[in-house]
Amino acid sequence: MNKWENNRAWLLTVPVLVIVAFSSIIPLMTVVNYSVQDIFGPGQSLFVGTEMYKNVLRDARLHEALWRQFLFSGLVLLIEIPLGIALALAMPKKGWGVSFSLVVMALPLLIPWNTIGSIWIIFVRPDIGLFGAFVNNVLGIGFDHTARPLDAWITTLLMEIWHWTPLVALLAYAGLRAIPEVYYQAAKIDGASPWATFRYIQLPKMRGVLTIAVLLRFMDSFLIYAEPFVLTGGGPGNSTTFLSIYLVKLALGQFDLGTAGAFSLIYFLIIEILCFVFYQVLKNVGKGTGT
Amino acid sequence: MMKGRKKLIALGIYFTLLFLPIYWMLNMSLRTNADILGALTLYPADPTFANYINIFTDPAWYMGYVNSIIYVTVNTLISLAVALPAAYAFSRYSFVGDSQVFFWLLTNRMAPAAVFALPFFQLYSTIGLLDTHIAVALAHCLFNVPLAVWILEGFMSGIPREIDETAFIDGYSLPRFFITIFIPLIRAGVGVTAFFCFMFSWVELLFARTLTITNAKPIQAVMTRTISATGMDWGLLAAAGMLTLVPGALVIWFVRNHMARGFALGRV
Repeated sequence: MNKWENNRAWLLTVPVLVIVAFSSIIPLMTVVNYSVQDIFGPGQSLFVGTEMYKNVLRDARLHEALWRQFLFSGLVLLIEIPLGIALALAMPKKGWGVSFSLVVMALPLLIPWNTIGSIWIIFVRPDIGLFGAFVNNVLGIGFDHTARPLDAWITTLLMEIWHWTPLVALLAYAGLRAIPEVYYQAAKIDGASPWATFRYIQLPKMRGVLTIAVLLRFMDSFLIYAEPFVLTGGGPGNSTTFLSIYLVKLALGQFDLGTAGAFSLIYFLIIEILCFVFYQVLKNVGKGTGT
Repeated sequence: MMKGRKKLIALGIYFTLLFLPIYWMLNMSLRTNADILGALTLYPADPTFANYINIFTDPAWYMGYVNSIIYVTVNTLISLAVALPAAYAFSRYSFVGDSQVFFWLLTNRMAPAAVFALPFFQLYSTIGLLDTHIAVALAHCLFNVPLAVWILEGFMSGIPREIDETAFIDGYSLPRFFITIFIPLIRAGVGVTAFFCFMFSWVELLFARTLTITNAKPIQAVMTRTISATGMDWGLLAAAGMLTLVPGALVIWFVRNHMARGFALGRV
């Protein structure tokens, strides 16, 4: 699309730039400032250069948190994207069912994140929770998310899927609705199987929304904080200590600002790089199939 | 028809699973703590509204909801006001560095809140805005403004440029065209954007908790009051949780007819 060339359009973006610069560049500079100092208390600090970065790169617990984070985000994408697409395909296309499905789907998205954690504590606790009691007493499998790392992981993943799959479904549904009816008629005339219709019409047409879905889900699962914080507090042990939880522990818990600052910048950089790569790859995947 | 049936059944199962945890919280919210810890029952045998009455009669509780709603509304308004002109610029004009600035904006949407929590605390205490609604509203702009620009730009690019050109030939100035013609054209997009801004500001915990002490304390932070030396007050926690669902449910109800169309127009 060729746009009008006009450098005065910069003026229209000024309010956005001011507000985002205020809440992004100033705090980031503060973080950079922390990261090169060893801070003992108010007014007492020592310039240490890259020492903090070396600390971070050597920190074994941080490495564990990083791999844990990759595993978590990977599992989230692997489960939520196909499930969301399947749900979008199953949703009704007309009638009152449309509004109903949309309202129900959107509900978990508007629940505050700490309430999500609370809902799931109440739901999975072996003593008072429906799920916990069901697994323990009816299925006879010992399940306790506060004691066993695997159970904590299952709970966190279930919570995450419960919480965010609707977003993928809503986006995919919007993508499906945007496909003109003639495409389906053509597919019918050609005698295309449902799978072929999905593979060669629906999936390529959903590329745009799925790009957004993958990016949003990756970013947000990579930044996850409030839900596991409320649900498990990062435990048992460190088994659900994801990057954000570890960072807050460092910065606000141990007040280790220098390390936290260096960690923050590295964390931020990882996210930027990954999102950039995702964005480029997803943009090019669609081009390759000629759609 | 068999296929349609199967789909409906699958969807029905999913919706049931979706509602089960919420139902369980509702069940808990209608029982006293002693009752909850006493026996596991599938429905409240002796329902009581004591937990809800407790919340509605204690200012420390209900002001939490009021505070949250104030900063969420302020944030949504600010985000829309600044994002509309910027999104127009990105969708209509090419200017030096436009794509770089666009990507830079988006990177702020990916900024980990945990990274910014402490610097924000320092920044807002320095300028004396700590513990105010505007502080939280501004902090939430970090991720909501880029998102708003992104969504709105998608909607605006779906409107042919001939409309702008015709209006300019007819003698409309840019601001007048923008307000009287263009915004009504993309009102579904504005609705969807407001929905997302509301959603991400309403659900956020870390900034809201870090930047407030008492006056602007959000409900999410007030909810930690249910943990005490004598253990958790599960009934009260569940009741407070149920009440946090209400504003979201209301917002969804209002935008339900625009949602499918809104999602479909944007960014596809």
